[in-house]
Amino acid sequence: MSVLPGAAAIAGIGATEFSKDSGRSELRLACEAVLAAVTDAGLQPSDVDGMVTFTADTSSEIHIARNLGIGELRFFSRIGHGGGAACATVQQAAMAVATGVADVVVCYRAFNERSGERYGLGQADRPMGASADRAAYSWMTPFGLATPAQWVAMFARRYMHEYGVTSEDFGRVAVVDRRHAAANPAAWFYGRPITLEDHQASRWIAEPLRLLDCCQESDGGQAVVVVSAERARDLPHRPALIWGAAQGSGNDQHMMTSYYRSEITGIPEMGLVGRQLYAQSRLTPADVQAAILYDHFTPLVLPQLEELGFCAKGEAKDFVADGNLELGGRLPFNTHGGQLGEAYIHGMNGIAEGVRLVRGTSPNQPGDVHNVLVTAGTGVPTSGLILGADA
Amino acid sequence: MTDYEARLQAWTGRELMAPRFGQDAVNVPMIRHWVEAMEDDNPVYLDEKAARATGRDGIVAPASMMQAWTMRGYAASVRPSNTPSAADELTELLAEGGYTSVVATDSDFEFHRELVPGDRVSVEETVESISQEKKTALGAGRFISTRKTYRDANGDVIATQLWRILRFRPTEKPPEKPLRPQPAINQDNKFWFDAAREHRLVIQRCVECKSLRHPPGPCCPQCGSFDWDTVESTGEGHVYTYVVNHHPRHPAFDYPLVVAVIELAEGTRLIANLTGVEPADVEIGMPVVLDWIDPDPDLSLPAFRPAEKKDS
Repeated sequence: MSVLPGAAAIAGIGATEFSKDSGRSELRLACEAVLAAVTDAGLQPSDVDGMVTFTADTSSEIHIARNLGIGELRFFSRIGHGGGAACATVQQAAMAVATGVADVVVCYRAFNERSGERYGLGQADRPMGASADRAAYSWMTPFGLATPAQWVAMFARRYMHEYGVTSEDFGRVAVVDRRHAAANPAAWFYGRPITLEDHQASRWIAEPLRLLDCCQESDGGQAVVVVSAERARDLPHRPALIWGAAQGSGNDQHMMTSYYRSEITGIPEMGLVGRQLYAQSRLTPADVQAAILYDHFTPLVLPQLEELGFCAKGEAKDFVADGNLELGGRLPFNTHGGQLGEAYIHGMNGIAEGVRLVRGTSPNQPGDVHNVLVTAGTGVPTSGLILGADA
Repeated sequence: MTDYEARLQAWTGRELMAPRFGQDAVNVPMIRHWVEAMEDDNPVYLDEKAARATGRDGIVAPASMMQAWTMRGYAASVRPSNTPSAADELTELLAEGGYTSVVATDSDFEFHRELVPGDRVSVEETVESISQEKKTALGAGRFISTRKTYRDANGDVIATQLWRILRFRPTEKPPEKPLRPQPAINQDNKFWFDAAREHRLVIQRCVECKSLRHPPGPCCPQCGSFDWDTVESTGEGHVYTYVVNHHPRHPAFDYPLVVAVIELAEGTRLIANLTGVEPADVEIGMPVVLDWIDPDPDLSLPAFRPAEKKDS
């Protein structure tokens, strides 16, 4: 049996404020978030001996280590594929801790994604190159298909067509996100809920996506500290044990444009992640009391619910409409407000919320949460976690 | 000669502006403002001694100030006279011909003597010629050449100026469209874009197992063969899914912009634009046929338009 499940835990979380213009360097945001997470874990920077981040991050671990006085690092790793990396950073950390390669691993992501390079503006004018990754854009950008919203809209249109889904069905996801954000003082949209009418009145971005189907663009940083379960039990907070941690890349996988598979209404790479998570944790969807699902765009929340076994194929719209994602529902969802409501920190803030749910300290804490499922970016090779209380 | 041409040419030799004295005599404060603004440190304009050292009787005004002495001043520019002048009349006649824009093209001065403080300067202007319509980079227009004569209080000529303006019809040049985002060409995809330039839509085919694949790659995922050739698509297919882009806007495209995933009759899919259809009329499953767009000098891309309905 795998050594991974339950071997490691998230013992600390830390973030900067979430804003539209931090006024600080991305490195400084990363340092602030990492220091906050280490402090939250009751540790010192010098205790850290491993670091993991995204290939997309501009601040290498060496810069953070020398600025915070972390000193020597025994383990450092980076995960590709944008927001799909989020939960995989914790997987790498957990594997390092479980195998004794490192003792205290910090996972982080920090950027000025709103005041600096905005992903939402798209990849049309990407620098030229001959790499396979660059050449992949040749099948999209010359046709004017260049932004994440546009890429997702292609899946959304087909999903609507096959399952009779409407724009309102996507809107309900945004409404839940914003309702939860409204009660979260750390959220950009704190105190600013929306109605379904607001959603329907918002302008088209890439039909069938409206403005309020799209997550924010944010400045900020988020870090989490992973240690062994044993060590976590001696630290100040209730440990969020890592019962499952998985990556997934599907058949004929592309970055955001896997339009060439026989079906494109599902997210097979997320199905792959889900199957591994349940197998590792020996849990089933019925054992999961809350979920943090990646919500860069509302439409891809629906097939995640299906791929992860919370409802059958094509039934997510009813699952959502029936109120299952609400605080009193079957699967309270994105209790921090998600990336639509709290901030877009490439999914890392969702992992922190998963930890708060296990600790019982979410700004929208549902009763009786034992296990939380957290997902990373959709449309890309992705990852997921099941975090839970001590068995 | 058309009537319009005749009316224009009637202006040749006509007085555009009757002799008119400037508001102030040549004076040291205005000279000082001018040379300071022009950063002209020639001492003969302000230093009596230096001026005399050059053989002059005293300081002189810079030659380049000639027009300045006769300008009508701020008040006249913000509160122009209601009585139309001859110059206004000519401007109106040119506007009638569509020549509504103006640019000065030539100013040739000939100076007869230097101005000294106390001189009064007058100016008068007559039309020398009005050209036939010329094609210029700015648009079609006519060159209006006039002669301005500057005189002193005695009526003696101080300077003459040959003045030429172009009155033109501004061309309605659409702003140049930037190029579309260019494909990154490498050894694995060059064949496809080369074929597209010849308006051939090709699909990569495995030589071993004959399976088709797109987007192309160096190796067959079905059988592992690195040997491939291509087949040419019939160009028939249907809309598998599509988007209508509104924001953000890339300057190379017109919005709303429809981008579709087309499933070809051969079974492979590709991303392409749709032509000949309004965004609101696009539907999943809609039969389409191949079209071509040549948006840039070096780029041709397949596009698809709705197929003609077949009579059964």
